[in-house]
Parts: sequence; C-alpha cells; structure tokens
Amino acid sequence: MTQDAIRVENLTKKFEDVTAVDGVSFGVPSGELFGLLGPNGAGKTTIINMLSTLLAPTSGRAEVAGFDIAASKDDVRRSIGIVFQEPALESKLTGRENLEFHAMMYGIGKAERRARMAEVLDLVELSDKAGTLVEKYSGGMKRRLEIARGLMHRPQVLFLDEPTLGLDAQTRRHIWDYIRKLNKEGGVTIILTTHYMEEADYLCGRTAIIDHGKFVALDTPDKLKDILGGDVVSLEIEGDPSRLLEALERTAWVKTSKLHDGVLSLTMEKGERRIPELINKAQALGLTVACVNLHKPSLEDVFIHFTGRTIRDKEGGVEERNRMIMRSHGRGPRGGRS
Amino acid sequence: MISGTAVYVLWLREMKRFLRAKSRVVGALAMPLFFLAFLGMGFNRMAVPGMGGGVRYIQFLVPGILGMSLLFSSTMAGLSVLWDREFGFLKEIMVAPVSRVSIVVGRIAGGTTTALIQSVLILGISFGLGFKIINPIKFLLGLLFMFMIAVTFIGFGLIFASKMRVMQGFAIVMNFVIFPLFFLSGALYPLENLPRAVRILGYADPLTYGIDGLRGTLAGVSSFPIALDLGLMAGFSIVMIVLGAYFFEKSESV
Repeated sequence: MTQDAIRVENLTKKFEDVTAVDGVSFGVPSGELFGLLGPNGAGKTTIINMLSTLLAPTSGRAEVAGFDIAASKDDVRRSIGIVFQEPALESKLTGRENLEFHAMMYGIGKAERRARMAEVLDLVELSDKAGTLVEKYSGGMKRRLEIARGLMHRPQVLFLDEPTLGLDAQTRRHIWDYIRKLNKEGGVTIILTTHYMEEADYLCGRTAIIDHGKFVALDTPDKLKDILGGDVVSLEIEGDPSRLLEALERTAWVKTSKLHDGVLSLTMEKGERRIPELINKAQALGLTVACVNLHKPSLEDVFIHFTGRTIRDKEGGVEERNRMIMRSHGRGPRGGRS
Repeated sequence: MISGTAVYVLWLREMKRFLRAKSRVVGALAMPLFFLAFLGMGFNRMAVPGMGGGVRYIQFLVPGILGMSLLFSSTMAGLSVLWDREFGFLKEIMVAPVSRVSIVVGRIAGGTTTALIQSVLILGISFGLGFKIINPIKFLLGLLFMFMIAVTFIGFGLIFASKMRVMQGFAIVMNFVIFPLFFLSGALYPLENLPRAVRILGYADPLTYGIDGLRGTLAGVSSFPIALDLGLMAGFSIVMIVLGAYFFEKSESV
C-alpha cells in the first residue's frame, strides 16, 4: 500500500516552439497533499492536463494510480477526479443534473448514485440549491459543485487546478477546510496547483516550485522557508548604530547582520523571542530603538529566492523588502504584501 | 466499446438543453418558416421550370426547406463541440472513462433528435400552407432521408469543430460553407436551371440528394431515382460520421 499515487519521469510538453513543461520528474506517495506552486503560465495546468489524459506528452512518461497515462487512459480516467481551473459545468442543467450526468458517465448505478449525490451535496452545502440551474450559481457555488462532482466516483487521486482562483476570502477558507478534511479523513491523494503562496503554505505537505516549466525546488513549506536562514528582524536606531552592529556580529545566534540607511537587518531563528534581548543590548550601549520589524519568511520569499530574477537583482530579497516597508512606515510585513 | 449509459446521458443532456432553450428553438424555426411562407406565397402561381407541369411551388419548396432546416441544425449540433470547448464542459466529457466512440455517438443521437423534431414541426406547419404528402408509406422513407441528412451534417460539423480553434471560424463556416451548400442543393429551384459549371458543383453536394430524396418521397417529384438518392445518402452518412469521429478523436480538448 506504499505504492506511489503519481510517478512522473522526465515529462515534457512542447507547443510548437514553446516548451510548457520541461523534463519534470517527481513522485507523490498515496495520501499526500502535494502542491504545484508557480506563476501563471509556469506549466502547472499543462502538467495536470497530461496527468489527466487530456493532453498527450511530447516526451517522458507518467503513472497515475499505477496506470500509464498513455497506455491505460481509461484506467487512469477511472482513478482520478479533477476540478478544473475554469468551470466545466453544463449551465443549462441543474446542480443535481450535473452530478447525475457525471455519475452516469462513470457508470455508477442508480441507487448508489442517489446516495452519493446526497452525500457530496451535503459536504459542499449545496443540498438546498441542487435543483437550481447552474447558470444561476455564483462563482463560489460553481466551484463547490465542481469539487462535489470530482468526489462523486470516489477517486484515488484528486486534481485541483487553482481551486480557489477568484473566490472571496470566506469561501476560500471554506474550500481549504474541505480539501484538508478530504485528504486527512478521506485519505484521497490530492494534487493542487496554485499561485497563492498562502494556499500552498496552509494546505500542502510538500510543494514543488515551478517556473518556466521546470521544478526549481521541492520540499515541505517549512523546509523551503528554512533555506532562507530564518526570520529577519529589522531595527531602526536613533543615533549611531555601528557599535551595536559590532556587538551583534559577535553574537552567536545572529546569523547575518547588515546596516542600510540607519536600519539594521538581522537574520536569526525565532526572531520574536530575540527582540527583547536586542532592545536590551541597544540600551546597554546607550542607543534607543525607534522601530522594530519582524518578518517571518513566507513561501513568497522562497519563491523570490528561487525564481525572482527581477526582484533578486537587488540584493537579499527579504531584507530589501523589510527596509522598504520600514522606510515607507507602512504596516507590518505580513499586512504589507501586495 | 460503446457504452449505452454514456450515449443515453449525452443524448439526455442535449434534450434538456433543447427544451430549456425556448428562444433557440424559436430562432431555429423562424428562418425556415419565413422562407416557406414568403417564397411559398411569392412564387405560388409560377410553374416550377424543369419539373414538368402541374407541380405547385409549395410542393417543391417544402422538402427543400426541410433540407435547409436539417442542414443548419445538424451542422450546428456538430459545431456545438466548439461551445463545449469554450465553456469548459468538453473537458468534463473527455476525462470520463468512456470510449471516444460513445461520445461521438451520443452527440449524433442528441443532434439528430433535435434536428428531426424541428423538421417535423416545420412539416406540420407546412400542411397549413397547403403542402400535401403523397403517400404515408413513402413518408416513412422520407423520415429516413431526414435522419441521413442530419447524420451527414453532424459529422460535417464535427470535422469543422475539430479543425477550428476559435469561435470566429464559426461565421466563416456559416457564410462560406453552409450557405453555398444550401444554394447548390436545389432546395429553392431545380438544379437543371443552373449553368453547367455550377450544376456540377451541385451534384457534389450531399444535400442535393437528401432534398431530392425528400421530394421524391414526400411530394412525388424528383430529379433522380429515389434508390440512387437513398444509396448516395447512406454512403455520405457513413463516410461523414467516420470522418467526424476520427477528427474528433484526434483533436485536443483543452
């Protein structure tokens, strides 16, 4: 039972002269919630389309639920559920009819169909809207209906392509909870694509960072963030901070320290626990700390670290951003995200 | 290979769409009815040239208009793959574990049914305009012709839908393919009246034999023997469906 739900070897897709997916290899063990994180056009949807048999790969191979995507298309199709990035619903049918269509296409018998429809409609809280034509549904309802439909035939592997794209914060949170529950309680292997960093961070066991059709990193969100060397604490000092800088350079738990425009940028583990100590050190040297800013690295920083050519050309993504925030006297780094 | 349930549910979807889009049905009926009413009245007193004496124009026209309605609605049914691709539903159909042949058969079943319903409605109204069926047994053969016209042009629409990426191509098909097919088919006038070069094009148009067959079976006048029409239409139906299914299977759904 430790068989991989997905195994991908050197998968490549070329569209005329554009290489959308460029020699990607990875494996996803059964039961994992795996993320594909990348900007629009990075090749995430193309990977999903190939794994779900909608697109033929140019080269390379892949197995889904133990079946080859080129040789055993129907077995792959039977094993997967998919929620597409854009709604793939028939708007002239009601919610229930859309589910019924799906169940019949998957050969689920009448009694079983009724039971499962009630079950999934209940799960996504659409039972009372099931008789309404889908053209009257809101964006969030359509998405929930699609998720319900993806679960109708009890797939081993569920693909979610940007499941919360364009949804309001509340609905998004709602859908995140479903996805987690499905994975934890239902044991469904989930492959999720997103360009929302916080979504990958919140949901995924492991996440791959993809850019220009290639994987640039693959690990758990925490380990990816560790690559950046911990939290960034920025201190704005009244007076001459150079003596403090000297003192901190001799401190073991300060990993790096820099001085720019009167702002000290320090990287360290558990920055929030070190701030009182930093203030004490400054006061011991007769300096006043005017402003403190703590920045926990996010996946976005990891992303910039690996892919951000235009952002990284200024040195040190996190420190740079932190200083910018402090100079503009904006809100904290978490709120200041664009 | 062919899943009965999949064919049924695809057919059922077409039926529900058809019944729920009242304006579409009215729109699809309006043009043939205008043609029928105004051409029928306008040419009422004229003898049909090249058809011998004594054939009233309405007898000549109704099978032609039935053919026109079948041509338009069937090609549209085939082209509706484009809508499904545009609105994403094609992906839902294509990831399902059913054979691609079942998907094509389901679409043909749905498209044929809606096209035939529209034709029967037009035929019903044409009785009010003075059209008369010559023989109830031959009428059944007429229904077979309607079926074959529908199947032929659904296959035709599928081929175009598989080759076109953008919806704009749709207008080009309408203006440069469908309308010429209609005018070359002899739906409104006997082909014999056309110049020789144009007439030859007409003989290459499947709809010519479909409409001639309908004329022979419903109104009792035809340019070719009914057996010839029947044989050719059967051939066209099979070829177009096989080609349509082939191209549909080859085309990518995303």
